Amino acid sequence: MTRRGAGAGTPAVVVPPALVGVLFLLLPTVALLIRTPWTRLGAIYGDQHVWTALRISLESSLEATAASLFFGVPLAWALARLRVPGIGLARAVVTIPLVLPPVIGGVALFDGFGRKGVLGHPINSVLGQDLPFSFPGIVLAQIFVAMPFLVITVEGAFRIADRGVEEAAATLGASRSRIFLWVTVPLVMPAIVAGAVLCWARALGEFGATLLFGGNVQGSTQTLTTLVLSVFQHDPADAPALALPLMAVAVIVLVGLRDRWLRPVSS
Amino acid sequence: MKVPIALAAAFALLVGCSSSGSGDGGDGTGSSGGGALSGSIAVDAASSLTEAFDTLKSQFEAAHPGTTIKITYGASSDLSTQISQGAPVDVFASASTTNMDDLGDQAVHPTNFVVNTLEIAVPPGNPAGIQSVEDLAKSDVKVAVCDPAVPCGVVAAQVFDNAGITVHPKASLADVKSTLAAVESGEVDAGIVYVTDVRAAGNQVEGVEIPSDVNATTTYPIAVLKDAPNPVLAQAWVDYVLSAAGRKVLTADGFGRP
Repeated sequence: MTRRGAGAGTPAVVVPPALVGVLFLLLPTVALLIRTPWTRLGAIYGDQHVWTALRISLESSLEATAASLFFGVPLAWALARLRVPGIGLARAVVTIPLVLPPVIGGVALFDGFGRKGVLGHPINSVLGQDLPFSFPGIVLAQIFVAMPFLVITVEGAFRIADRGVEEAAATLGASRSRIFLWVTVPLVMPAIVAGAVLCWARALGEFGATLLFGGNVQGSTQTLTTLVLSVFQHDPADAPALALPLMAVAVIVLVGLRDRWLRPVSS
Repeated sequence: MKVPIALAAAFALLVGCSSSGSGDGGDGTGSSGGGALSGSIAVDAASSLTEAFDTLKSQFEAAHPGTTIKITYGASSDLSTQISQGAPVDVFASASTTNMDDLGDQAVHPTNFVVNTLEIAVPPGNPAGIQSVEDLAKSDVKVAVCDPAVPCGVVAAQVFDNAGITVHPKASLADVKSTLAAVESGEVDAGIVYVTDVRAAGNQVEGVEIPSDVNATTTYPIAVLKDAPNPVLAQAWVDYVLSAAGRKVLTADGFGRP
């Protein structure tokens, strides 16, 4: 991939900081692998809490991803294509969870959807239950934190998608909804897949809002990430072992998205 | 005689100032009373001690100008882990002997200084009508407890065990003040906290007493840590907590004698 032209080459001033930078990012992960109690993995994973937490993590993150797709793809289209007043504001709203510390998101979720929250009473009358400290609560927290990743990714694709195909479909008499579902969405499918994977990875790794809004109860709202906190508090040596499944996911996501994210822009 | 005494006082003052740098608490540092104390110490304390230690801190700092007591409150289990991982802490006050024992010889001669028991905290008006521990086992009652690794979670489990009930808590929180906060916010119907927390919360919550034949007790130890950066001030703080003045504050906040 390296292209050498006139003036190219390695400036000496770049090398030391670059080297330190990459080693700094690498060391904690490698150290975690070194310190993982490999011989006791069987015993640690034999603990039922780990599998239950993993199951809750997978179920909640997949549900959050599904909900993010359902609401996020139309939202992305609206942000990319609609020319109405306030759309810039809507785009800013979508980025709020991206810049908000997730634990603050958790506090905000209480104010919005908690028992005493703005929508608390209507939610309880419709669902017959409160959202905080429940499984739907952790899904909600994950949607809040993860959906923007999907929306931002897909919005960019809608923006640059080829309008010619849509216009052709329109001249053939297809309705607008039909064009959206059968022409536009397939056009941007690679971006939807990439956005969904990013969104899922973020939901799976969600900690702050989930801990606060979910309640971290073993067997019902304790995810793998909040279990790591509890384990670190009483058996810190075991914590690296619980990090392995989440690291495996990170590696899979990196490999899966490498074409999209790891290739230089110019290529 | 006058000159040597003045010199000794000046020396004590100097040693006191630099004591944060010297690791070994040699003689001459702790023996001179009163004015020799200076610098700051880091105290890690169980979150249930928040109000009592805040009071003791302001009393101590007023009595010893130039000293600063920096207190970090949290779950004893969490604080114990941080200390064993090398956090630069001078004094540890734990809500359970277990978390002190976990430190081994890092904790120098722990002294048990108070005991605490549990109480049910409910939001003002007791919306779910909680009357007894048994009510917490009802499926429509939302209960918050401390994480099972945290002392207040351990004691809560003992209480449920004593009562012969199974409680499915809706929230398992990081420390006792988080559990109390969940009750104060009205997000849960009841929380298991210490009697001292119900008292400290004032009219933010109401308390439902747990009968003594069902209730369980936890003992709080306090110790200077072996690697304390400022062992002289650390020992002075521990001595103050254990003194009659310290006892008065702790008793007023509802803590019992061990």
